[in-house]
Amino acid sequence: MVTGAEPPAPVLGIETSCDETAAAVVVDGREVRSSVVSSQVDLHARFGGVVPELASRAHLELIGPVIAEALGEAATELSDLAAVAACRGPGLAGALLVGVSAAKALALVAGLPYIGVNHLEAHLYAAWLEEPDLAPPLAVLVVSGGHTLLVTMEDHGRYRVVGQTVDDAAGEAFDKVARHLGLGYPGGPAIDALARQGDPEAIRFPRAMPGEPDFSFAGLKTAVVNHVRHHPDAAVPDVAASFQAAVIDQLVDKLATAADEADAPTLVLGGGVAANSALRERVATLAAATGRRAFLPAPALCTDNGAMIAGAAWWRWQAFGPTPLDDGVEPTLGLPLAG
Amino acid sequence: MLVLAIDTATPQVAVALGDDGRVRGEIRLVGRRRHAEQLAPAIAYLGEQTRVRLEQLAAVAVGIGPGLFTGLRVGVTTAKVMAQTLRIPVVAVPSPDLVAYPLRHAGRLIAVVLDARRREVFHARYRPVPGGVQRVSDYAVGPAADLVAELEAGADEVLLAGDGVEPNRPQFASLDRAEEAGPEFEVPSATALVELATGRVEREEFTSPWSVQPMYLRASDAELAWGQRR
Ligand SMILES: [Zn+2]
Repeated sequence: MVTGAEPPAPVLGIETSCDETAAAVVVDGREVRSSVVSSQVDLHARFGGVVPELASRAHLELIGPVIAEALGEAATELSDLAAVAACRGPGLAGALLVGVSAAKALALVAGLPYIGVNHLEAHLYAAWLEEPDLAPPLAVLVVSGGHTLLVTMEDHGRYRVVGQTVDDAAGEAFDKVARHLGLGYPGGPAIDALARQGDPEAIRFPRAMPGEPDFSFAGLKTAVVNHVRHHPDAAVPDVAASFQAAVIDQLVDKLATAADEADAPTLVLGGGVAANSALRERVATLAAATGRRAFLPAPALCTDNGAMIAGAAWWRWQAFGPTPLDDGVEPTLGLPLAG
Repeated sequence: MLVLAIDTATPQVAVALGDDGRVRGEIRLVGRRRHAEQLAPAIAYLGEQTRVRLEQLAAVAVGIGPGLFTGLRVGVTTAKVMAQTLRIPVVAVPSPDLVAYPLRHAGRLIAVVLDARRREVFHARYRPVPGGVQRVSDYAVGPAADLVAELEAGADEVLLAGDGVEPNRPQFASLDRAEEAGPEFEVPSATALVELATGRVEREEFTSPWSVQPMYLRASDAELAWGQRR
């Protein structure tokens, strides 16, 4: 570990795994000096989801300006950096290649170490960017359009994946249901807003896989579609609220069980769906009811960003050193499991 | 004047470092399609062994395809970000030009044919001119049969070069005035890129790093497929 004698280490982190082109400068895995995110949401909206080839092309156009802006906002020269990091997976192959190639190019030019970062690990470490003194063990729920992951973190670099989705990601379910209800893309914010005007108990949608650690949302989506077909005059806010309640019940019940089993005093949320207001409330309530702390990072740190990559890179670098330049991308990378 | 040249438009990773147009070192790694793994170490090794620090570069030259999308993303991103960081220009050269240029003494029409997958080829035609080659067609993508028909209509003696020739050999066999350039002219040459780019830097025919793009030719197929699916 780093001792107090070492100088602060600013790391540039690059994230291009999906549809955000992002770069950030973070010092010592905790202090965010800049974080620039260029979202491609508008580019993909007309397709109702992320189109990989379009995303890759957009990353290639945006990567230069985004890096320049991140360095500029941080008032950091390349020569001030201690390392350059990029997300190496999981994600879209063509998209990952852009970020990893950019980071290696910077590392080559500046003679800096390169650090390849696991995107999921980065979501876990996003919490440290707001809460520098956070200490394991933690129970972490990472939910987005791409991931639904329940992880207990015993110590730095030691995780146990407790549960994951067997079909759709939670955010994907939001998108699909929103599209079916004619609410547009991305679906999460639209359903969140509409659900506030509806009754979450109006319709009893199924809570899949009770008592099991894994998640499932495909059946729920089908149930919503069937309900709307049989009740064409159902109030859309009630459908949205009831669907959202079913998703959140499933997420929070399993988070509670995992926290109990790991004896984790702190609950952490991450991923784009962590911006959902009802989910945040429920996790806060769960923590209060069980004498735990809930840590709910700002939505900007929950969605994909470069700061979480730079943060996780610093921790990884302390433990394992730099990544060799001949390391490629891994679109299907998972989380390392505790030994 | 030091120029770093990169081409990753085909399964090959090619980098060369030139000084005033003469190549000081070149690395070619052929056929494994491991651009993301191989390009950065190749550049690092080339710099070490030629004793050139990257800060000394006057320009970065890059082959922009058309070619493999995955390879191009690696090569073009690397060139862009290096040039942006070093505050030097990028010379962007279409990759078929880098197959044709080494054949400039061939004395006949040169048809560059690169494998575009899915039973298509990227192609372009060139004529030798003093000091180089001149392109006499558009850069195009399509079935090899289309190119064969065009070449038949032209009735020129033609030299076929590029990695799209071999997989389509039966189609090209119908051309009676055609010859294959052979395996050493299958992929873009980074040495050619050093030579071509050096002249262009001198004539200030370069672009800013941010505006460099691969030449895709194909509309985003994924986008089209996605559109049809729903
Ligand atoms: Zn993510």
